[in-house]
This record gives sequence, C-alpha cells and structure tokens, in this order.
Amino acid sequence: MSPQPSEPSTRVPGSAQQQRLTGFGRTAPTTALVAPITTESEVLDALRSPGPRGITARGLGSSYGDPAQNAGGLVLDMTGLNRIHAIDSDACVARVDAGVSLDTLMRAALPFGLWVPVLPGTRQVTIGGAIASDIHGKNHHSAGSFGNHVLSIDLATADGTVHTLTPDGPQAELFWATVGGMGLTGITLRATIALKRCESAYFVVDTDRTADLDELMALLTDGSDDRYDYSAAWFDTTTTGAALGRAVLTRGSLARREELPAKLRGNPLRFDAPQLLRFPDVFPNGLANPRTLRAFSELWYRKAPKRQRDAVQNITAFYQALDVFADWNRVYGKRGFLQYQFIVPFGAETVFRRIVETIASSGHSSGLNVLKRFGAGNRAPLSFPAPGWTICVDFPIAAGLAELCNELDAMVLDAGGRHYLAKESRTSPAAIRRGYPRLDEWRKVRAAADPDGVFTSDMARRLELV
Amino acid sequence: MIDAVGSPQSVLLLGGTSEIGLAIVRRLAGGRPIRVILAGRASTRLDEAVAGLEQGGCAVQTLDFSATDTGTHAEVVAKAFAGGDVDVAVVAFGLLGDAEAAWQDVDTAVELATVNYTAAVSVGVALAGQFRSQGHGAIVALSSVAGERVRRSNFVYGSSKAGMDGFYLGLGEALRPSGVRVTVVRPGFVKTRMTAGLPAAPLSVTADDVADVVAAAVRNQRELVWAPSPLRAVMSVLRHVPRPIFRRLPL
Repeated sequence: MSPQPSEPSTRVPGSAQQQRLTGFGRTAPTTALVAPITTESEVLDALRSPGPRGITARGLGSSYGDPAQNAGGLVLDMTGLNRIHAIDSDACVARVDAGVSLDTLMRAALPFGLWVPVLPGTRQVTIGGAIASDIHGKNHHSAGSFGNHVLSIDLATADGTVHTLTPDGPQAELFWATVGGMGLTGITLRATIALKRCESAYFVVDTDRTADLDELMALLTDGSDDRYDYSAAWFDTTTTGAALGRAVLTRGSLARREELPAKLRGNPLRFDAPQLLRFPDVFPNGLANPRTLRAFSELWYRKAPKRQRDAVQNITAFYQALDVFADWNRVYGKRGFLQYQFIVPFGAETVFRRIVETIASSGHSSGLNVLKRFGAGNRAPLSFPAPGWTICVDFPIAAGLAELCNELDAMVLDAGGRHYLAKESRTSPAAIRRGYPRLDEWRKVRAAADPDGVFTSDMARRLELV
Repeated sequence: MIDAVGSPQSVLLLGGTSEIGLAIVRRLAGGRPIRVILAGRASTRLDEAVAGLEQGGCAVQTLDFSATDTGTHAEVVAKAFAGGDVDVAVVAFGLLGDAEAAWQDVDTAVELATVNYTAAVSVGVALAGQFRSQGHGAIVALSSVAGERVRRSNFVYGSSKAGMDGFYLGLGEALRPSGVRVTVVRPGFVKTRMTAGLPAAPLSVTADDVADVVAAAVRNQRELVWAPSPLRAVMSVLRHVPRPIFRRLPL
C-alpha cells in the first residue's frame, strides 16, 4: 500500500516534560523530553521536528534495559494512544492502537471467547512494545512469537507518512524489520492482531519437579512437550552438587469448558487476575542476596508438587504470578537488577549445564530462572526466538557482575546463541553483531525507511544498532 | 552509554597524563575496547599514555588542553563531544606545588589556585553544558581530603581543592534534574609521581585503589566517595577537632 498523506497538524504535544527514565531493571537512568501521545497527529507533529537527538517511542517500560529511553532527545509516551477500535469475533481479529496493553486487550477479548495468542510473563506491555520486541511466551513451541500473529501494522515513518504494512504485502521487508526492530523503524500507531478462540480462561496444568538438570532435560526432550501448548520450567541456580539445576516444570493447555470443575463451568471466561499488592520503594540494596535467594529457591522448589496431573489453574497461578505484585522490581533496591536471557541452539545442552555451574559458583545469585524450549523462529531479522533452549536468569547489580556476564556472553556466543534485546542492558555491540547475523540486512531496510536516523534510543547507541 | 553494570563506552580524561586519571580510565575500560579522549599538553608522557591505552584495545584521541588557558576550555570540551557521546568525564588535572613557596610567592599561589580551582570550574561549566544536552553521563571530579579540613602544612593546595570540591558538589545538585551525575572523589595520600619524595601518610593508597573506588562510585551512582573509604570516618572526626588541638596534630 502506498503511503497515506499525513493529517494536517492540529496541535503540538505541549505538555512534554523532562523526565528521568529507566527500564524495568531500574538501571542506567537517562533524561529525555517525554511527550504524552493521545492522537496520531501528535506523533506526526513530533516527527516534523525531531531535534538533534532523535525520537523513540515508549510503552509501559517493561523492557529491562534501555530501548525505550532516549537520553537528551524526545520520547513519545504511547500509553495514551489506547483505543481498541474493533474486536471481530467471527474473524478472530482485534484492531487496536499501539498503546493498548495486553492486559486491556485480554480483558476486552475474553468475553467473546478470544485469547491473546502470545503472552509474555507480564501483561503490562503495550501492543507497540510487543511488536517491537517480538515477544514470546510459554507457548512459543506451539504458537511462535507475537509477530506471527500480527496481520498489519500502521507505522509512522521518519518522513511523516503512515504506512500500512502486512507480512506478505509490498512493504513486507519493513513489516518484518519492525517486528523485533526495537522501535527503530518508526512509530507503530495501530495494529491488527489475530486472536485465538478459547473456551475458558483457565489452564489444565501438569507439574513435574525434577531432582536435577539432567532429569529436566530428559523430560523436555522425550517428546512429551509437544502435547502441551504452554511449557516452561523454573530452575534453581543457588544449589550446587548433585541437585544442580533442580527444577519445577509446569506444562499445560487452555482448558476446554468440559475440563473445568462444575463451579467454574458457569463462567469459564472469567478473568481471575487480582492485583494484590504494590511494593513501596523502600527496599535496601542487597536485600536480594545469595542467602535470601537461596532461601527463596528452596521454598519455590519445595512448594511445588512432585508430580501433579490435570490441575485447573487460572492465569495468575500458571502464567503470570508476578503480575499480582505491582512494582515488584523495587525489591532489588535502588541499584536495580538485570535479566540475562539468551538462547542456545539444540545440541548445546552442555553449555546450559556449564552456565548453570558458572552462576552457581559465581557468588552472584539469581532467583527467577526460566528454561524453555523454543519452536521455529519467524522471518524478522532481529527476532530473538529460534529453535533451541532459552534461558533467563536475573541478578541484582553488584560488583563483579560485569565480569560474570562477560564470561556468560562468551559461552553463549561460542555455542551459536544470542541475547534477547528486550532484556538486554549490558552487552557489547560485537556480541549483538555475532548473535544476530542478519543485523546488516535489517540495518539496510531501516536506513531506507529512516535515512536521517530520526529513530534512536539509548539501546541503539549502546549496542550500535543503527 | 553507561550500561546496567556501570561500564561506560567512552571516557574523557582532562589531565591526560594524570596517573590517577589514567588508572581510572583503565579501570572503567576494564579490558573493553572503549573510546578514550585524553586532553592534555602534548608531551612524551601523553604519547606513552596513548600507546598504553591503545595496547589495551581502546580507540584513543588526544586534545591539546592547558588548564591555565581557561579561554579555550569550552572549545576543547566541545571537541571531545563532537566525536560522539561522552559517558564519563574525569577532571583529574591539578598541582600540588611547594606548599611553603605557595603561600609566600604570589605567582606560585596564583598558578596553584588557577589550575586547581579556576580551571576546574571553567572545565566544569563547559562539561555541564555538553552533558545537559546529552541527557546522560557522569562527571568524576578528583578532589582531596586536603580540602575537607584545610591544614597549615599545605593550605594553598587544600583551599584550592576545598573550592573545587564545593563547586562540583554544587554542580551535582544543579545537574540532578538533567540526569547527569557528578561524583566527587576525595583521595587521601596517593602514591604517585606528584607525591614522590613525600613521606606517605597513614591509609595511603595507590592510583589503582582510587580507580577501584571510582568505578564502584560510577556503577552505584554515588555523589561523594573517599579513597580509601575508611577516610570518610577519619575525616569526619578531624573536621570537628578543635583548632588548638588540630594544629598540634602531626598532619
């Protein structure tokens, strides 16, 4: 489709304010002019005068690092552009603004028996962010990443025009450069998302507690994983020796109505996701330390049943346990924390073991560790998922962490792996070049859409993405 | 950009041959190939500093910089930022001088005050302007415990450091809203070329020790640090010692 002419300027976002921004990890703060966006024309106005340090869009700030920061430049706060235009329950599609959160979309779609096809560990991400990071969930092996379910994107490019991009249309290259493109191709205004039919908002879940890493890997590779739509394991990085990498594997699928107990059958689409608590910003640095994290890991492991079949769980219990706590990242104190998520291809299982050993003996501790088997990747050059194992660990910021992460980088890259940009906050440009061999291909598409480099971010500068 | 673990990608060192300054640059680089700008007077020592950093993989640029030539400071600092963002600027130039000559000879006193205070202020103002428009970054100012309580034995030096210390603490407050951090570092006795021949004081440290303190301060976004850190407690006591007693102390 050819570019649409831009709408005439109505008003400049006058309420822009200088703000200190960080990602969810609360590290590396920088300051930018943040302009609240509520209409398309405000985006186009901003594009007319981008300033010397460029523009980036920001959603709910759930990326851990710095992709939604733009030091000294302009940041468009897209959360005010949040209309759901249409949900078509016959065609199973939703047409939504970029600032709509997955939480909002899910609550709106469920009464129609429609499910958001890809959900990450939190629902507090926007559609724009979900596309820019090409997010994935526990069902990647069965459903792929978010970009696989995007039918069209309305993208405002640097020249102030709006393009409707589709996965196989004339501007398919720009579509796939925008999927996973960390917001560097333009500003996503709206998107059409394919939804999935569902009979309930509950999961039927099987839980297996494994004694060590080997038992976990055996379970994940014996073919049983394909029987479940959703699958992920929590594993322990605080215990060394025989119990190294002991884990709790939970796998399940959306429940059909007849699978629900009688008392839930009356209202199977009820969305059961309370927010119980908002953490205050009072936690000291160092509260999350090796001792407390070891205690947490022990508790988390022990509370899981050894083997459980066909348990009916709501989304909070099975999927997004941390969404009941707002601002839980504050537990890590003012220094913040980082998530280290990477993928290694199938066959590199020994690397996974070495990485767990390295972490366990490093003196740095991680409490929330996730292992998941990925399915096939998609066409986006910067999309993270590919066939293999993804592992995510998190560390409170402390002395020596840089060195540990560099050591892990070497193991990951040598095994043919790469980092997840939505979590990334500290690696080198060289590591990204090596992990994403199609980076130059993406850069070319990006440069054609944004020849003057209007779209940039702290992450783009730090990792020399553009 | 300074990343989540406090590692910068580019460092500007004002006082390009400062031993402590170079130790800080090496520590901040941490073996990574970062961009370094050394601002100093052309000399073989500066060439050696460049060669040393290049050997470590850094891309090094030099800028001709004279502390006493305050009229050129804005231009020098602008040049440093012209090649891309500067993540950390280390203000490391300073003169110790002959303490007795410094309070009895006008020229010596004025030179010391100019380099340690006036030039530090001039550079600070220029840096502040650049960092504000950049929206991120850190300034590290090398002060001294000598400025925390000025003593008879080197009061011209001490008073000049007291002035620059106060300026950079204030600058840190002024730059807070713009997201730029200022760290004032108060080392005690540092065994370097500058102090060669002087009797080492208790709690003396090396340039690398100071560099470790600075790297941690940049990572943890600290505003004021001592090297070594126990000096904080020592100075806190010394600050309050009554004058008649203080003048009898062997300091």
